[in-house]
Amino acid sequence: MIDSGATAFILVCTALVMLMTPGVGLFYGGLVRRKNFISMIALSFIAFALVSIQWVVCGYSLSFGADINGLIGSLEYALLQGVGMEGYGIPDLLFAAFQMVFAGLTLAIVTSGVAERIKISSFVVFGLLWTTLVYDPLAHWAWGGGWAAQFGALDFAGGTVVHISSGFSALALALVIGKRLGFGGHGMEPNNIPMVLLGGALLWFGWFGFNAGSALAADGLAANAFIATNIAAAAGALAWLCAAWVRGRPGSVGIISGAIAGLVAITPAAGFVTPIAAIPIGAAAGLVCYGALLFRVREGLDESLDAWAIHGMGGIFGALATGVFAVAAIGGVDGLLYGNPTQFLIQVVDVAIVVAYSFGVTYVIAKVVDTVMGLRVTEEEEYVGLDIAQHGESVRV
Amino acid sequence: MKMVTAVIRPEMFDAVRTALEAGGIYGMTVSEVIGRGAQKGIALKFRGKTVPVELIPKVKIEMVVRDADVDRVIGICRANGRTGKPGDGRIFVLPVESICRVRTDLEELEDPEEA
Repeated sequence: MIDSGATAFILVCTALVMLMTPGVGLFYGGLVRRKNFISMIALSFIAFALVSIQWVVCGYSLSFGADINGLIGSLEYALLQGVGMEGYGIPDLLFAAFQMVFAGLTLAIVTSGVAERIKISSFVVFGLLWTTLVYDPLAHWAWGGGWAAQFGALDFAGGTVVHISSGFSALALALVIGKRLGFGGHGMEPNNIPMVLLGGALLWFGWFGFNAGSALAADGLAANAFIATNIAAAAGALAWLCAAWVRGRPGSVGIISGAIAGLVAITPAAGFVTPIAAIPIGAAAGLVCYGALLFRVREGLDESLDAWAIHGMGGIFGALATGVFAVAAIGGVDGLLYGNPTQFLIQVVDVAIVVAYSFGVTYVIAKVVDTVMGLRVTEEEEYVGLDIAQHGESVRV
Repeated sequence: MKMVTAVIRPEMFDAVRTALEAGGIYGMTVSEVIGRGAQKGIALKFRGKTVPVELIPKVKIEMVVRDADVDRVIGICRANGRTGKPGDGRIFVLPVESICRVRTDLEELEDPEEA
């Protein structure tokens, strides 16, 4: 039976989440040098278009088709066969669309690891392989009836599926493709901070659809997720602001990075914790991710735009925090704080497996694509910038 | 007095500016420019075709310095702006007839480093 209120709400949430993908593009585009501004935004659009088609051809079915040994879905819904206008609460087609925008966004986040040096042709091939071999199995494990769901792991809106997977995949990809020319020596200052803030604002805005929509109904759980989302973002922004202030000046990029860290961490928890628990979760996530960023810089890793530090480490923290702060009155499951240490251990196992799987499989895919067709543009193209080299376009006329 | 104009790679600018400061050269006017040398820019190979990129971004630093400092300033720009590959840039030296300050109606300045 279709619920028109829920359907209207999820239609809007789906559109909100779509806006997060160009939001990532603008966020990343502002953070790179001007000669790669268009390239970064274009990569997000490419990711979204690519995954949209892959999703209806096989991705949705691999994620939500009948379970095969807890690992992957069957191909029963390939080409959207049997996915119709009816459904439980919302139309099955709308559920497929809502999940599709998650998948597109996740690949867009992965572009962080190859900023300013990836060949578009290689990215298209990598993206298809990645979303099929990494994203779809993870979505099945958490939400499609796979082993993680059977095991009791909690992931409300994608802490493992979207954030740990994109963060650790970006790190693996960055290790395979190598550092940008001149990394560590030349200045690589962001070219457009207001664009970073605009992209961040679109992410924060879209995240309401991301988390509240994951209730899949216009109900109290959606309201809980909505306010928890905003509280965590605010706490993360303020925590990062203070940490950066202590070390020098409170840069605006840090404030929005802290907000995203908070949003990432509350994602798996939003439907399982109280809104007030979002304060410690968001604030601690801001500090954890800021520390991870400082660690990355100190180690000289060129995971260029910090998907690993913010999505990867924030995702781990959020998934573990879900096992600590979950309360049965909200989502039906208690966590460590409410006398259920088992839930925390389940979260630990889930996180460890998702980290190992997403990092390992991405590393292998990237190595194969690199060997067969080369992931990276030539030195001269990288010097001139990907806007001209890959697109024949330029910010400056 | 001479005007030394250095056109260098944008990514080398921080190193050049820091070295100039360390050498006591503070006054400068800096612009982002695009240009090319005798090679007419860079030719990228793209799917078998050559795609010319004729105008490459550079940074132009203009400094008015004492005659005695010209060689030293050129040396600093060369030492810190060089990668050894084509496209490292050019340095031009021009005579300067006079310097006036906008803020006051005083006579022309005799020394570019005068406060």
